[in-house]
Amino acid sequence: MSWSSLFEFSQAEWIAIRLSLKVAIWAVGTSLPLGVLVALVLARGRFWGRELLDVCVHLPLILPPVVTGYVLLVLLGKNGPLGRLLWNTLGFTFAFRWTGAALASAVVAFPLMVRAIRLSIEAVDRRLEDAAGTLGASPLWVFVTVTLPLILPGILAGAILAFARGLGEFGATITFVSNIPGETQTLPTAIYTFTQSPGGDAGALRLTLVSILISSVALFLSEFVARRVARRVVGL
Amino acid sequence: MNLEVDVYRRLGAFTLEARFSAGAGLTALFGPSGAGKSSVVNIIAGLLRPERGRVVVDGRVLLDTAQGIFVPKYRRRIGYIFQEPRLFPHLTVRQNLLYGRWFTPDSERRERLDEIIELLGIGSLLSRGPALLSGGEKQRVAIGRALLASPHLLLMDEPLAALDEARKSEILPYIERMRDESRVPIVYVSHSVPEVTRLATTMVLLAEGRVAATGTVSEIMGRLDLGPITSRYEAGAVLEMRVASHDDVYDLTTLRSQVGELRIPRIDAGVGTSLRIRIRSRDVVLALKPPDSVSALNLLSGRIAEVRRLDGPVADVRVELDGEVLLARVTRFTIDRLGLVPGRPVFAIIKAVAIDRRSLSQVRSMSDDIDEITL
Repeated sequence: MSWSSLFEFSQAEWIAIRLSLKVAIWAVGTSLPLGVLVALVLARGRFWGRELLDVCVHLPLILPPVVTGYVLLVLLGKNGPLGRLLWNTLGFTFAFRWTGAALASAVVAFPLMVRAIRLSIEAVDRRLEDAAGTLGASPLWVFVTVTLPLILPGILAGAILAFARGLGEFGATITFVSNIPGETQTLPTAIYTFTQSPGGDAGALRLTLVSILISSVALFLSEFVARRVARRVVGL
Repeated sequence: MNLEVDVYRRLGAFTLEARFSAGAGLTALFGPSGAGKSSVVNIIAGLLRPERGRVVVDGRVLLDTAQGIFVPKYRRRIGYIFQEPRLFPHLTVRQNLLYGRWFTPDSERRERLDEIIELLGIGSLLSRGPALLSGGEKQRVAIGRALLASPHLLLMDEPLAALDEARKSEILPYIERMRDESRVPIVYVSHSVPEVTRLATTMVLLAEGRVAATGTVSEIMGRLDLGPITSRYEAGAVLEMRVASHDDVYDLTTLRSQVGELRIPRIDAGVGTSLRIRIRSRDVVLALKPPDSVSALNLLSGRIAEVRRLDGPVADVRVELDGEVLLARVTRFTIDRLGLVPGRPVFAIIKAVAIDRRSLSQVRSMSDDIDEITL
């Protein structure tokens, strides 16, 4: 293996990189509103079954990803009860599609996202919200104008964590939607494929370096933005 | 404007059962810690829900448990200034000031930003973030923010309690101006005698969850029976007097009212200014004959109205001066030795330097060019 060939990406590798980014971005983008809502409910809600919800949300964090992927397959696969319902009513399926990979990433990364957001919600001084209320802001406006800006660093941290976790998703993805080049083959599964085939070392190394690069940039960006937001939030 | 409050709330062993009404100006909810003052204002603001109660502001029913009425806090249009400023950290001073105004319908916007900025002296702070302000500046911005929502009533819950003396005296003149210049009535919670003396138009005295008395500051502070609630260690009566003249040679100011003249260390207030001064009962000496060679400057004559023997060696004496009241704290031994009984004419001697300067306040300005007093 020569050093110059290290940076000659094959078409299949580019596709895997682009697909990985797409899957991770969709996973974070679509689950973020739900993540904020669930974090809010867990931080503030007082209702029966809150502990149960807490456990369910955190389950993918401690379950082996393969188990999570298999549960998704059983529920949402072509023959799963939910999967069949989706297919019959909307003509939509997650099975063996990149959307399935995004769903697997979102589910596995969800607890990390909720945790970060929940912590920031619990740190909000609720007396500020009372003050906003006496100034005429309805609960929804209080949330939009006071709570949301104050928890923005937490939301950002949660999103970045989820993005990084989604990018690295392997077990649930390969179990749920397999490892189809161009459709469900993301960076980790592509690297795995390279290591399983003779002469695949260079490709594995290239994609590994790309993974490290993407994750580092994401972390840097989040640090930078979080610091700017945090300065605003403390009132400097 | 009129505020009617009638609330009942139980919290463990504590029962709040308060009923009072308040009019224009500043109504001080006064009483010791744990008397239920904060609960009352939280109920008025809608932050707290009592078991039973009724709150009416200007004929508008905000709470009536009997009829199942509970107007949520954001529809009450009641300004609230808390002990901590509670400024929004992610907004600038200007954005903080305009926050409540944004939720106020156009037709209801009475207060103007430039006037409020001028009133509170916060013009130089507008573009800053709240974290860089001093405690006093923050509280002034909080006051401005509440006023700019054009509230029908302003609640202030110990707004000065978290500030040091210097910051307090920085803000007090602004609250006085608000009381005198803004038409918004104020309910002011405090357990500080000097603050209440200085600010209150009317006083509502709360003790153990009940209203013990209501009246003017002079009325309440001049009552011996309320002494244990109003000021256990610092009893004293309040007189309203007017600045009569200044003495440049000796640096003294002479105050005058129908009760007589008082000379006090010089203050910076125009002749004719009406002042409220608090005279602590322990600074008053009683004599049966006018003394001729004592160092104290002030001599007022009156008649003993009431003697109240307290636990221990002391007793409080209420002396009626022509329409006003002075309190004196002496020993029970003195009461018996001098034969101080109700109806007996006495002379009250007050040391000029003993006047409680912290409570000295302008009641209303007689000459328009002076609008605050710095002591």
